[in-house]
Amino acid sequence: MNSTSSPVSAAQSEPPIPLGTRLAEWMPKLVLAPSFVIAFIFIYGLMAWNGYLSVSASRLLPNYEFVGLGQYVTLWESERWWVALKNLGIFGSLFIFFGMAIGLLLAILLDQKIRVEGALRTIYLYPMALSFIVTGTAWKWILNPGLGLEKVMHEWGFTTFTFDWLINPDRAIYTVVIAGVWQSAGFVMALFLAGLRGIDDSILKAAQIDGASLPRIYWRIIIPSLRPVFFSTLMILSHLAIKSFDLVMALTAGGPGFATDLPATFMYTMAFSRGQIGLGAASATIMLATVAAIVVPYLYSELRTKK
Amino acid sequence: MSAASTARPFDWHRVALWSVLLLFALFFLVPMYVMLTTSLKDMAQIRDGNLLSLPTAPGFEAWSKAWSHACTGVDCSGLRPFFINSVLMVVPAVLVSTLIGAVNGYVLSKWRFPGSEMMFALMLFGVFMPMQVVLLPMSQILGWLGIASSIWGLILVHVIAGLPSTTLFFRNYYVGLPDELVKAAMLDGAGFWRIFWRIVLPLSTPITVVTLIWQFTNIWNDFLYGIVFSGAGSKPVTVGLNNLANTTTMVKEYNVDMAAAMIAALPTLLVYIVAGKYFVRGLTAGAVKG
Amino acid sequence: MGALSIRNVRRSYGNVHILKGINIEVEAGEFLILVGPSGCGKSTLLNIIAGLDKPTEGTIHIGGRDVTHALPKDRDIAMVFQSYALYPNMNVAQNISFGLEMRNVAKAERDAAVQRVAKMLQIEHLLDRKPAQLSGGQRQRVAMGRALARDPTLFLFDEPLSNLDAKLRVEMRAEIKHLHRTAQVTTVYVTHDQVEAMTLGDYIAVMKGGMIEQLGTPDDIYSRPATRFVAEFIGSPAMNIVTGQRAANGFASHGVDLALNAQQRGVIGDAHAEGVLYGLRPEALTFADAGLPGTISLLEPTGPETLALVDTPLGKLMARVPGKVHQQLGESVFLRWHAEDAHLFDAKSERRIG
Repeated sequence: MNSTSSPVSAAQSEPPIPLGTRLAEWMPKLVLAPSFVIAFIFIYGLMAWNGYLSVSASRLLPNYEFVGLGQYVTLWESERWWVALKNLGIFGSLFIFFGMAIGLLLAILLDQKIRVEGALRTIYLYPMALSFIVTGTAWKWILNPGLGLEKVMHEWGFTTFTFDWLINPDRAIYTVVIAGVWQSAGFVMALFLAGLRGIDDSILKAAQIDGASLPRIYWRIIIPSLRPVFFSTLMILSHLAIKSFDLVMALTAGGPGFATDLPATFMYTMAFSRGQIGLGAASATIMLATVAAIVVPYLYSELRTKK
Repeated sequence: MSAASTARPFDWHRVALWSVLLLFALFFLVPMYVMLTTSLKDMAQIRDGNLLSLPTAPGFEAWSKAWSHACTGVDCSGLRPFFINSVLMVVPAVLVSTLIGAVNGYVLSKWRFPGSEMMFALMLFGVFMPMQVVLLPMSQILGWLGIASSIWGLILVHVIAGLPSTTLFFRNYYVGLPDELVKAAMLDGAGFWRIFWRIVLPLSTPITVVTLIWQFTNIWNDFLYGIVFSGAGSKPVTVGLNNLANTTTMVKEYNVDMAAAMIAALPTLLVYIVAGKYFVRGLTAGAVKG
Repeated sequence: MGALSIRNVRRSYGNVHILKGINIEVEAGEFLILVGPSGCGKSTLLNIIAGLDKPTEGTIHIGGRDVTHALPKDRDIAMVFQSYALYPNMNVAQNISFGLEMRNVAKAERDAAVQRVAKMLQIEHLLDRKPAQLSGGQRQRVAMGRALARDPTLFLFDEPLSNLDAKLRVEMRAEIKHLHRTAQVTTVYVTHDQVEAMTLGDYIAVMKGGMIEQLGTPDDIYSRPATRFVAEFIGSPAMNIVTGQRAANGFASHGVDLALNAQQRGVIGDAHAEGVLYGLRPEALTFADAGLPGTISLLEPTGPETLALVDTPLGKLMARVPGKVHQQLGESVFLRWHAEDAHLFDAKSERRIG
């Protein structure tokens, strides 16, 4: 038994690395590669292609003649596009606000040791299991002017109640908010509940010993510690709002006219029914830019801190 | 966290709490109630009564019509062909995307190599990207591959689009499996694949169930791909439902619309009722990363 | 050429050097301990021996073969992990035979190996159970059984006893020692516990900062520590060390003359200008009627002996006195020791002199 540990640099010739070892080293890379390549092409390659379409003269069929920002100019001059953007703003902010508020409220209430918590949670969450088409179809019936909610209110005695939002160009977008919140509030609740349950009990006990009242504890301690959940929920709801397509198609088909158009329905209509592929591609690129502006900083900060 | 309910016989706090909770429960349940009852009524009852009235003579005629004769545009063969298309599409798509996601997650958690985290991050963006941005190019590609009008086109798109999510789920789960298990197996002589089949996969039951349910629900409920990437004979049930409920050719039959909505909703609803807690786990796992 | 040769192994990540040139030769059947504080590189070295990590420079030879680039499974080694790493989905028998199964050993032979090993470790009654149904000590034994069944050239242990409670640790230590004597397999054992190191090893390598401070038998390490670090790391309570200078009468520290014997006086030459470290193990100090005066500031009776912290002109010294002590807290005592019990180190290099 002997040893030295002086820093001697001996240039020894190494025997060749055996084939088995080489293969073993490459196997994980080989296995991940196809998925990565396909995902990469699908995400970034197609994104770039779409980008190219948006600066091309494509109409009914792809036409790769370069037209610079011509399609974008048309886009921003289109009244319909502005309606879609405005709707996105209204819908997005209301959807996110009410979704978060109701979800947080339900989560806090459910956290109060309710006996039938499991059943209630199931009830609040089941809408997430439905397709937006199903939700849209159901709410279209419920908000049917004449036979739906209006009729129920009349039969209950509120004879002057009118609810024609569904066919009212100024109000129709709010019906989308109602249906959207109905579908997603339960999901927000589930996230916040998980966050609440993750809070260390001893912090709460310490606060109680310090004499804080329940609402105080919630306001000063619990809600602030839910910040990460707030952010991830905000992220998810934002990107759901921007991508909203199914719900609008089923509930109002973008109507009346195009009063409830959203960027997603605008893109679809332009690209696939109006023979305006270049314009559709341009609108899709704008949608992408908006989502990226929100998501990329969030993902970056998440992955950095999760080292 | 408990509200201050002591031995007082009537705690106003609790009453308020329960009222709010129950009100919301009603808010969430009423639409389902309306869907169900409307589907059991006939059009006369619908006009006479209102949304909330119970059916006087409940029957499944609307359901049978929705299934086999309702008009969905040009054809009037009900939801049945669409439902079958959905089944044919969902089963392979769910199985393939889950399996690939499992292997990817395995590599990303137990066989990291320089650049693998970056590859993962790049793939992750796919979860958030608005699909509008790949619709046009993708339909071109499917056209070239000759599967633009067949179920295979839809299956391919769903598998690719589902890869980032399934990979994320499995990777986050496998990160929780001790690395020493893999090391011990390596010393025992098992290689990359044997470790996966014999050790990692048998320990993956919880996350596999979550992923299967998540994928099933998302793919069954999808509409956007269903409408863009399908041909005349390959449209899924969501497209069928939307067509059915939006036809302007005939008099509106709300009971049939509702019955059709129920039919389209039943598979995912059933999965939710039976395996709901896994569904929740999927939601929170995907969303609250880590 | 021994059973294990570690030659010039270095491991760096960019500018961070985890291992700075390790050279060790282990003969067949020897039990080598790698001990040191967290971050010293012992686990990294073990992983490199196992093939779970690659050295930036240097080679590993096992049984005469260069295995530096060989896969772990081709090195004919077995390893016991800190968390045992038993496969949760298999029962004990399957866990033990998994390695043999991977090497396509016939079922009959595998079963025979399982029986042999189970008998040796007295776990025959556990063969059908899953790891979740076993206690900590039982899992430890199954982990060892899995390693034994492979009949390897080299055993590696990565802090296997850290997860056990104190009593169990003592029992398992004895079992490992007994096992080694019976099976006679070359073993490399990593631990941060110096008691384990002293009791289990034939040779101990004390590591710090990616280098070996000293490699020797337990007695060498204890009686003749090569550096201050080794002196303070091995032995509990730690060695008392005071800094002293050459003085007119020989050697002094804090104004107190310290007696040196002839050999020590010869060794302290002019070279040690910055001073000399004077070390005394607690058991070298005794209470006497004359000697270094001091007051008792802490008393810890542990049963067979008493640890006493004594405030002296040289600083606070820890003494280890057999049996019970008559003095109380705050009382004065005199400490005495033999000059040859002192360990001398150069104050600058912290290496042993004499």
